[in-house]
Amino acid sequence: MPNWINACAAGDIDAEDLIRFDHGIQTFAIYHAPEGDFYATAGHCTHENVHLCDGLVMGHLIECPKHNGQFDYRTGEAKRAPVCVNLRTFPVKVEDGRVFIDVDA
Amino acid sequence: MGKRDYNLLGPDAQRAVQTGLAAAQWYHSDVPRREMKELMQRSDGPAIRDTILLFAAMAVFAGLGIALWPSFWAIPFWLAYGVLYGSAMDSRWHECGHGTAFKTPWMNTAVYEIASFCMIRNSATWRWSHARHHTDTVIVGRDPEIAVMRPPVFIKVIANFVGLIDAATGLTRMVYNALGKVHPEEAVYIPTQEQYKVVRVARVSVAIYGVTIGLAVLTASILPLMVIGLPRLYGAWHHVMTGLLQHGGLADNVTDHRLNSRTVYMNRVSRFIYWNMNYHVEHHMFPMVPYHALPALHAKIKHDLPAPNQSIAQGFGEMWPALRRQLANEDYFIQRALPPTAQPYRNDFHAAALGSAAK
Ligand code: FES
Repeated sequence: MPNWINACAAGDIDAEDLIRFDHGIQTFAIYHAPEGDFYATAGHCTHENVHLCDGLVMGHLIECPKHNGQFDYRTGEAKRAPVCVNLRTFPVKVEDGRVFIDVDA
Repeated sequence: MGKRDYNLLGPDAQRAVQTGLAAAQWYHSDVPRREMKELMQRSDGPAIRDTILLFAAMAVFAGLGIALWPSFWAIPFWLAYGVLYGSAMDSRWHECGHGTAFKTPWMNTAVYEIASFCMIRNSATWRWSHARHHTDTVIVGRDPEIAVMRPPVFIKVIANFVGLIDAATGLTRMVYNALGKVHPEEAVYIPTQEQYKVVRVARVSVAIYGVTIGLAVLTASILPLMVIGLPRLYGAWHHVMTGLLQHGGLADNVTDHRLNSRTVYMNRVSRFIYWNMNYHVEHHMFPMVPYHALPALHAKIKHDLPAPNQSIAQGFGEMWPALRRQLANEDYFIQRALPPTAQPYRNDFHAAALGSAAK
């Protein structure tokens, strides 16, 4: 059973950028891809305990602000050392201009 | 704090973990997100220009050095070639290792591999050691890249101006790795699944040095080694000079790069060789900003940083006496004043680990 949480307005995130979203004890990164789609991943890098929200989105990659490790935020796949462990991803839907995350996925 | 133990498996390493100094949250100057995004943007242009210039200059200087060999007229060309090989390659190794120099990943990788080889660094190992240097900058027992330990061993520092210690250590470790072994200290920060790369890189490097030495023996000349290998010694001085300034004489065991890193204004030639790493506080605070955007980042946050040193000479004038004082008092360090526009130092975050600051 999905647990859709209203995270933000679609307009809150610039294209090719991300924001942080906290829900209870969980923290997420929500991305606005260049072609307009939205994605969500776990907020912290899998290398060290650093939030990705200060990182750089390049196309479909998120680069971690600490050591420049990269993930494909659509799949969570680790793409560049020092990250070796994939990032968890969460389903996203957009309704009425709002972005929802299934936080229990 | 007293006697420091820089061993990555030693008691200071454990203490750093227990006290929360390891993998801590570090101070950052405030930069609005939109401005930071601008600064972080990648491009290939500046690094392609600089790389063509670098390799062309190296080819010309080495060519003239070979053409004029063994006359004395060859010396200036070898000295120039040496600085580009033994020093400019250090900054190329660094920036391309971060993946920020070029926008195109393979370009970063290609230059990183060449530069690592020139610097006698295992490209697989050093990627991980440098990540640790950024996580735990100058945290004793955690940072594997501390250039001057306390108390300073001046003979080592001076020997490194001609690469003696670093090259010897690098070669010894290269041969060790080529034999299929990863040192226990390396295993601390290199994930198990990545360790095979260390051995592979070491074997390629050893093979290239083997061929070069073979050529030198065959031709009964050191000329092949003047091109590959020896410039790591006779051209090292510039990267050691600039590298010492990065953190020398400043605080250790702190979580604010304004306390442990130094920004120094430098001439254009040194900035080309060093690829703008003279903006060192800025680089550590925001490692995603490419070298070519560091002057712009500096302009944005300098109100929040200690005043930069005005030249290499002035930087040494500040650092060298502090290093000498650390001979007698390991806890001594320089704490630079912040401008009134800056956020104050939060020494309470790391007070227990700090010794006595210079006033
Ligand atoms: S913390 Fe993300 S790459 Fe190291």
